[in-house]
Amino acid sequence: MQSIKMVTTYLYTRYERFWHWLQMVLIFLLLITGFEIHGIYALMGFKKAVDIHNFVGITWLIAFAFFVFWVFTTGEWKQYVPTTKKLFAVIRYYGYGIFKGEPHPVPKQKGAKHNPLQRLTYLSLAAMLLPVQMITGILYWTYNLWEGWGLGFLSLQFVALIHMVGAFFVLTFVVVHVYMTTTGHTIFAHIKAMITGWEDIEEGVEIEDWEKASRRGVPEAVPAEKG
Amino acid sequence: MRLKFRRVLHMVSLLGIFSLFIAPIPSFAKHEPEAPGLELARQAVKAEKRPTTADHSQFKALQQAFTSGPEISKACISCHTKAADQVKETLHWTWLDPNSPKDNQKGKAGYSLNNFCISANGMHDHHCNECHIGWSAEGKKTQIDCLRCHGQKKINWEEVFEDYKYFMQSNDPEEKALAKEAQAEIQEAAQSVGRPTRKNCGSCHFSGGGGDGVKHGDLDPSLINPNRELDVHMGYDGQDFDCIRCHTTVAHKVAGRIYGTPASQTRHSLLEHDMEPRIMCESCHSDKPHKTGGKLNDHTDKVACQACHVPEIAKVLPVQVWWDWSRAGKKKEGKPYEVNGPLGKPAYQSTRGETKWKKNVIPKYFWFNGSIQGVTAKDMIDPSKMVKLAWPEGSKNDKNARIFPFNVHMGKQPYDTVNKTMAVPLLSGEHGYWTTFDWKDSIERGARYLDLPFSGKIDFVKTGYVFPSTHMVSPKEEALECHQCHTRHAGRLADLAGFYMPGRDRFKLIDIAGWAIVLCSLGGIVFHALGRVFTNGRKKKE
Repeated sequence: MQSIKMVTTYLYTRYERFWHWLQMVLIFLLLITGFEIHGIYALMGFKKAVDIHNFVGITWLIAFAFFVFWVFTTGEWKQYVPTTKKLFAVIRYYGYGIFKGEPHPVPKQKGAKHNPLQRLTYLSLAAMLLPVQMITGILYWTYNLWEGWGLGFLSLQFVALIHMVGAFFVLTFVVVHVYMTTTGHTIFAHIKAMITGWEDIEEGVEIEDWEKASRRGVPEAVPAEKG
Repeated sequence: MRLKFRRVLHMVSLLGIFSLFIAPIPSFAKHEPEAPGLELARQAVKAEKRPTTADHSQFKALQQAFTSGPEISKACISCHTKAADQVKETLHWTWLDPNSPKDNQKGKAGYSLNNFCISANGMHDHHCNECHIGWSAEGKKTQIDCLRCHGQKKINWEEVFEDYKYFMQSNDPEEKALAKEAQAEIQEAAQSVGRPTRKNCGSCHFSGGGGDGVKHGDLDPSLINPNRELDVHMGYDGQDFDCIRCHTTVAHKVAGRIYGTPASQTRHSLLEHDMEPRIMCESCHSDKPHKTGGKLNDHTDKVACQACHVPEIAKVLPVQVWWDWSRAGKKKEGKPYEVNGPLGKPAYQSTRGETKWKKNVIPKYFWFNGSIQGVTAKDMIDPSKMVKLAWPEGSKNDKNARIFPFNVHMGKQPYDTVNKTMAVPLLSGEHGYWTTFDWKDSIERGARYLDLPFSGKIDFVKTGYVFPSTHMVSPKEEALECHQCHTRHAGRLADLAGFYMPGRDRFKLIDIAGWAIVLCSLGGIVFHALGRVFTNGRKKKE
């Protein structure tokens, strides 16, 4: 195995990291309180769980609006454009190549931090699962107003069902996502990157055209030698 | 160092900006009144009790010598000229539900049945008439007893009139003096009148069914002088409400439910309609009684206030929960007998059968639109099922129905096996069951009074009866907590089906599938991780 030269690159901007960890806290709180509301366990009591869940849910909604703003104004949305190109290569890598010590088929680069599998996952998450959770969550919360909104045909049972299905998907995502952070070149490399913003990435790997994203608003890569 | 400090500063300011957007949620709530309904209720009780402009001891009409009750009532009516006509229109006098069909009219004077003394046999059972507001057990044939509701001094009228008449006939000055004393007592009681107190209403409503706390569970003599713990409105150390504070009265018509007719068809607060009766909780508390910003006010469209705020009934005195007439009539050495049970209440009486009592009863919950319906003596029954003599109306889809707590009383009563109707035995008096212990004869007599057929063949059937639990409102600290209903296991609303309730309900398949996916991914991860550990180890060796 020939060794690849690593270069420390600024990959995640301050806002991005803040958004990530804020979202982590919010999702964690929502899962803990949500499953209590669902009657799985009694931790803080139903009332407190509901109050926290509702408050955190609204908070997340507001924070999500900032994320949407950020993703579009910075052009970061391009990093979420889905592709099937090399998708199966990535799947093959995680299912097989990783055990053989093969290199990642789509390594992280500034301007293309998501591999095709991540693109698909994060797009589904940000554009489908989370909005569905938010919409069903808001409906759940505003149950008493349905009549006035002309939504009288809805049933709480249905909304609760969708919200619950979404919750299980979110939990599954969290489980897998946390594990996947350990698949970097060291166990904590990815986590460290999401804290500091700097990640060791392979040097000299060309970003292919399809991966390219506008890097407006994102600082230029700074060489490894920091002050 | 400097750079790092700046970065931290940026982070903090970013957080600050964020919290500016997130913070409005709780701070909006702060500007609203703590609980809109609480404010309203406080206003409603700001003024002291209504003052009176009349001292009845000054009235000439009440200073005459009375020889009978009806004479006192005549004196009352000589000033309150419309009172008698008003009273005779009311349920308190007629014992007939004006809103039920004439051919099957409800009411104790009609065909209504209850789970206790069964039927009043068209007011021919004189024992029942003790609670009628006339001067004697003759029912509507006598003069109205104004003092039953308005008298503030309770005396034994029968005895004192007897004494007075007896001693008046005597020429003995000592006995004459006794007569004068008796008359003074009569006059004092006749002059001590006022608006009805808890004691007045309670003299019948706290002891219905032939004893203290037999019937309601939320109404018994403990409410004559309750503390705040027992009832937050009536407590002497609370608001000290009399019954009529909520059961507002217009022309002697007392606000309240009449059989199938709800106590109020609207849930307006006094701010919306200041002439509304105050019979509903909403009248004073509005339909937004709780702090804004939470979820509690969102419940008031489907959950009655009482459901959470009357968490328990029969808090001081026991309430009867079971009355089995089929066991009545047993004798010991040819004589009727009684067996005392727990809680100082009878477990068996030859006259009544088997009874069970309970204290600190947790109510049962039903959808309730304010109307209570039940089988009458004229209705056909299905003896294979429990016969509902009084049962709440309403369902989940009924716009006016809410979840409401009830005291449920069960029993066993005789029915006519041929006509498939409930039997209506006459109980008191020389021909009543309590004297003769003869079901057939007493039922035949009772049926005759109501002009009903009786085949002569009887058996016993299970009967059910409900009372809405609306009194004995606990202080707010003791109201139900969310989790007492919103729980997977054995919650208070565990039996109330037909709607989805968070915390209680779930889709079993979704839950199973959901957990399966989560567990599978966990398992996959463990495998994957082990695989990595294993292969990496091999790689190093190469």
